[in-house]
Amino acid sequence: MKNFIEGSHAVAEIVKKCRPGVISAYPITPQTHIVEDLAKMIADKEFEAQFVNVESEHSAASVVLGAEATGVRSYTATSSQGLLLMAEVVFNIAGLRLPVVMTTANRAVSAPINIWNDQQDVMAVRDSGWVLLFAESIQETVDLHVQAYRLAEDPRVMLPVMVNMDGFILTHGMEVVDMPAQEEVDKFLPAYKTAYKLDVDDPKTMGFLADPDYYMEIRYMVQETHREILKIIPEVASEFKKAFKRESAGLIEGYCLEDAEQIFVAMGSVCGTIRDAVDELRKKGKKAGMLKVISYRPFPKEAIIAALSKAKEVAVVDKSISLGGFGPLYTDLSSALSSLGPRMPKMSGFVVGLGGRDITLMTISEVYEKLSSKQTDCAFLGLRQELLGGVNG
Amino acid sequence: MVETLFKPGHTACAGCGQAIGARLVIDTAGKNTIIANNTGCLEVFSTKYPESSWGVPWIHSLFENCAAVASGIEAGLRFLGKKDSINIIAQAGDGGTADIGLQAISGMFERGHDVLYVCYDNEAYMNTGIQRSGLTPTLTDTTTSPSGTGSEGNPRPKKPMPEIAAAHGIPYVATASVGYPQDVQKKVKKALSIKGPKYLQIHVPCPLGWRHEPGLTFDVAKLAVETGLYPIFEYENGQMIPRKIAKIKPVEEYLKVQGRFRHLIKNPEAIKKVQAIADANIQKYNLKAEA
Repeated sequence: MKNFIEGSHAVAEIVKKCRPGVISAYPITPQTHIVEDLAKMIADKEFEAQFVNVESEHSAASVVLGAEATGVRSYTATSSQGLLLMAEVVFNIAGLRLPVVMTTANRAVSAPINIWNDQQDVMAVRDSGWVLLFAESIQETVDLHVQAYRLAEDPRVMLPVMVNMDGFILTHGMEVVDMPAQEEVDKFLPAYKTAYKLDVDDPKTMGFLADPDYYMEIRYMVQETHREILKIIPEVASEFKKAFKRESAGLIEGYCLEDAEQIFVAMGSVCGTIRDAVDELRKKGKKAGMLKVISYRPFPKEAIIAALSKAKEVAVVDKSISLGGFGPLYTDLSSALSSLGPRMPKMSGFVVGLGGRDITLMTISEVYEKLSSKQTDCAFLGLRQELLGGVNG
Repeated sequence: MVETLFKPGHTACAGCGQAIGARLVIDTAGKNTIIANNTGCLEVFSTKYPESSWGVPWIHSLFENCAAVASGIEAGLRFLGKKDSINIIAQAGDGGTADIGLQAISGMFERGHDVLYVCYDNEAYMNTGIQRSGLTPTLTDTTTSPSGTGSEGNPRPKKPMPEIAAAHGIPYVATASVGYPQDVQKKVKKALSIKGPKYLQIHVPCPLGWRHEPGLTFDVAKLAVETGLYPIFEYENGQMIPRKIAKIKPVEEYLKVQGRFRHLIKNPEAIKKVQAIADANIQKYNLKAEA
């Protein structure tokens, strides 16, 4: 059924339809509407679940860790500082191979405090072992949640999945959404069953101490699973297409790539703006295209190389920055494309939209203009020079 | 061999009070129990991959979150409709309880989860090498509160964890000592018969950190109680019931058998300070048995 709804409400609605047994969360802007909606749905007996109001995000993550360890499908959502406070538990959930699903309403991190959107928060847990998926639209956010549980609980996976949605832009934006029906979701996502749980009839020890004789192999197995997930994500997306009669998610998505010479690469809602920018450029006869990265971890290196190998120039648009280094997506792409050797396209990195700075068609056309000039590693676009004083010379 | 849910073969030190305490707790709770364990000696010496001492489902996540993990386990079992038949125990050392884990414990108490929280109090961070915690007693020599020409050791009193727990209005709070194993068993049994959050703090000597003979674990534990330095009591529905001491002993008897207090032995003023703490406990908790 199609409805014009807010992103957070759409997420709450689809999470409800995924039937988690335990939800735990701590409020943080802009995640709040999601968990408020879920609390109300439970209060109204729209579905049965335990809602655990905790005293911190560290405990929210710990509660879903414990609940998931009893073999119960669990859910949490957070943002920014909340994700940073959770970080220790986030790593632990992946290490324990618990298939938790979490929504991150992506937001800038302090200092200075800023509640608006960028994608700096998730980068703090980039290396945790979680599958990291990025949504462009509210529709895609909804579809990714259904796929996230299916993927996480796949016996070949057994790893947590995070669905990233840009704070405010997607959480508080409104869109016409094709909301899957409960029966459809139930069919696509059967009840979670596992033998890997805390069970008094089959007592297991979870969370061992592993010394140097064992630790490295256990970490390697997570890495190997991520390699496997690169094959499973397209499988799940194709099953999704069969079940819901529309295409959504996958590892990457291309736009006007066939003959593209200049390709923008980005993640999340900015891809919508880039689509429009590509249309404008195409009208002017420019061979522009876009590559959207949906699965950031695992990083789909082969798919990206295949999509970009014929490009002349690649512009990586990052909404976060590894301070002292480069945009994280730029770094990953550079590393992936370096295997092309002399055929490697000219790569430029741009940092945009930090702390909610608007990214407009003008911003993207500025990226395009700069592509033909000197190669750049991490050019900040849209800086207000008058504020920088002596800093920028 | 004695049937136990805490199997031998673990790597605890000889005379480890925590190993004795943990075994008493789980063997009293029985096999229908799930344990969430904070980081610490107990976790390290009982679950070195690929071996485990635990005969019940057991999970370790992090240093400070066993109360929250246990809350999640409880919520999961509640969702499954299995809570009433299964005990949940969250357990940790004194640092994992009174310092880094306090916020998560407070949350678990406030939310009313049906979980027994057990703190094995050996009065310092033993796993990392005997550093001071919030439950290290006054004038103790630890590696981060060393005695020296300008210091008599830890300057601060023990954090009143049982009172902090009781202030949450939870139905059962108790202290115990491995020096009195039957008392520990009785309290575990009682705690698990009560619905809601429970707090049990067990005094567990650490021969390595306290620097006493491994064979003296029970004697040292008993001396802590008999001197009034470790008051044993129960808070049930706001009512405090002490375990009375028949013959109160001077603190010196307790201090002199432990290296962590050796610096006090030739310092009568310091001993007076420790005696004052014991005297205050005896009065506050009404520990003296009627003649």
